[in-house]
Amino acid sequence: MRDVRLLSAPFDPGAPGEELAARCPGAGAIATFVGRVRAGGGVEALELQHYAPLTLPGMEALADSALARFGLMGLVLLHRVGRLAPGEPIVCVAAAARHRRAAIEAVDYCMDHLKSAAWFWKREKRGDGWHWIEPRAEDRRDLRRWATG
Amino acid sequence: MVFLGKLADLAGTGEHVIATSERCDWPALEGHLARVGGDALVEAVRAPGVKLAINGTLLADKRDLSAGEGDEVAFLPPVSGG
Repeated sequence: MRDVRLLSAPFDPGAPGEELAARCPGAGAIATFVGRVRAGGGVEALELQHYAPLTLPGMEALADSALARFGLMGLVLLHRVGRLAPGEPIVCVAAAARHRRAAIEAVDYCMDHLKSAAWFWKREKRGDGWHWIEPRAEDRRDLRRWATG
Repeated sequence: MVFLGKLADLAGTGEHVIATSERCDWPALEGHLARVGGDALVEAVRAPGVKLAINGTLLADKRDLSAGEGDEVAFLPPVSGG
């Protein structure tokens, strides 16, 4: 099963794991990653912008790629858009597989691609106003880990 | 025209409608961009990392643009990491 969604309101990051457990009874392994807005550091809010014609189709293609590459039984990709407060979940990736390594690697693969190749633009609000977050070299390097094989 | 990320700040708007009956290629587009956001917007869109999509399809080379009535051209700066 595949469940890929963009969400404009806060979500329960525990739900995808439970959904996979219910819908993929043969899965011996379910791995979940939850990314949150870091609290502290002077950030008052984070805003995620997307472009509807590209963002969700891109996430669906990523999910299909991960399902095939790791032989998953199920995959959930949830990503927030809009304005978020510190501590709120931004992203949740949950993968179900027969064995643990495929589930764990699939989550890692999806996160590396979501961070550096998905169509999101982020800006954060600090005391002196809004600042766009620029691409980071680490994210592109993370993505290259998956270029072979 | 749809401006994403910091390009919307340079354009002063997230969306801008061009009223023209002529087809729009890259040189014509630069003229429209200059009228919306001046040279700063033109330079920003020329940057190698900025991609264009027409009606939701990415262009391999943005200079191949050919848009007409009703088409939506999106200007996509590099996505944020972090």
